[in-house]
Amino acid sequence: MTSTSVIDELKKTKILELLEQGKRVDGRALDEAREITIETNAIPKANGSARVFLGDTEVICGVKIQPDRPFPDTGDKGLFICTAELLPLSHPTVETGPPQPPVIELARVVDRGIRESHMVDVSQLVIEKDKSVIGVFADNVVVDYDGNLFDACSYAATAALLTSKTPKWNWTDDSPVLAEGEETPLPITTIPVSVTMGKIGNYIIVDPNGDEWESMDARVTITTDSDGNICALQKGGSDGFTQDEINQCGEISVRVGAKIREKLKEAQKGSQ
Amino acid sequence: MGGRDATMVLLDENGIRCDGRKVDEPRRIMIRAGGLKNADGSAYIEFGDNKILVGVFGPRDVHPKHMSDTDTGILRVRYHMEPFSVGERKNPAPSRREIEISKVIKEALEPAVMLDKFPRTAVDVFIEVLQADGGTRCAALTAASVALADAGIPMRDMVAAIAAGKVADTVILDVNNEEDQAGQADMPIGYMPSLKKITLLQLDGVLTPEEYKKCVDVGVKGCELVYELQKKALHDKYFGKGDE
Repeated sequence: MTSTSVIDELKKTKILELLEQGKRVDGRALDEAREITIETNAIPKANGSARVFLGDTEVICGVKIQPDRPFPDTGDKGLFICTAELLPLSHPTVETGPPQPPVIELARVVDRGIRESHMVDVSQLVIEKDKSVIGVFADNVVVDYDGNLFDACSYAATAALLTSKTPKWNWTDDSPVLAEGEETPLPITTIPVSVTMGKIGNYIIVDPNGDEWESMDARVTITTDSDGNICALQKGGSDGFTQDEINQCGEISVRVGAKIREKLKEAQKGSQ
Repeated sequence: MGGRDATMVLLDENGIRCDGRKVDEPRRIMIRAGGLKNADGSAYIEFGDNKILVGVFGPRDVHPKHMSDTDTGILRVRYHMEPFSVGERKNPAPSRREIEISKVIKEALEPAVMLDKFPRTAVDVFIEVLQADGGTRCAALTAASVALADAGIPMRDMVAAIAAGKVADTVILDVNNEEDQAGQADMPIGYMPSLKKITLLQLDGVLTPEEYKKCVDVGVKGCELVYELQKKALHDKYFGKGDE
């Protein structure tokens, strides 16, 4: 997906030409995300799961919840870890083996957006202080690629977490013992929504598709919480943004994010 | 895996198994050909509670180049389980088990794929286990055959697969997770029904020579059943509802 070929240059020219007329290759408005479809409980064996389509990008997220050791300096907090992986069947150029820098960035940005929003209240995930806590693992796998994995993974993880049920463990004889049949929803404080915007020429577009992704000069991913505050941001790509553009992106992320948050709430309601 | 005793009620006095099936009854099987946009061919299978996605690319250039063969194409298979596919979260890195299964599935598919038509190229088969519940290698091999056919790669036959096994001293078809853990034997079989050739065969557990023969027989018959569903999946995509 990083290869630059003649075709990519031709596409980029066409995409830019269209933007000058206020149009996008797939007919969307500049600040319009693609259709989002969320299917929850896709993996019944996981504690929570979601299959998310963002246009033709498809991501599956499974949440696993299990007892774990706390970090030495945060014995009063549970663990939250979010990962993302590009499966080799998602695109012909994806290779097996250790993740490449773009995929590591993807996983870290998705993790950071959810973590920094304090979506999961980890202080409520303690079994025995300093000894045993509950670990929440949200693993994203990209199944089909058509650009903007940041948002697709973030929505999948958020939808999976919103619909997760956590078992209860009691501290008995110095070890966590599962309390049968006592499942509760995860302690959720807010719904983070990440909105990724690409810059092509002087145009800012929301949710770039695969072709637009290859043509971008720069991008920025902004995560907002339910109160409309900005809680995480990542700029990428080799070009820069002006201060005005960054301000504009902030406004777009709040506005577009609010609409997508409603979608996530619907998915949560639908699974109950 | 767990111990192999028959203390759990795997087979009741009426010949009904722990999940309500009869001894020769497979689990619910659903196969879909296609589904992935970027892959050259793909398939999705639900085999009981197993959920497996397969994508195929190729024939295409071989990277790294030294792996290529001037006389024939090569088949590469990766069997991989998602961290959330099993009870306790699995480390996403490939385990020794996954590497072995990748190899046996590759060798089970090789006799079916006409690789000699495509020298210096590779056909890559990527198997992703989204949810596992015993018998993933058979379900994966079954779906991989459909995905290869969906990719339009010339094949001599499709490989259908299912496991036979032994619980409570009885030979059964399609071993589920509980039966694999607590049963007496598990024998995955991959079979090309038109060519009548077994291309995958493994066994762990103890069988008498008679039971061994019976297991193979039950497994082969099960594969013939699975084969019909593979053909139906392809038929549905290419000649069926006409909506794909």
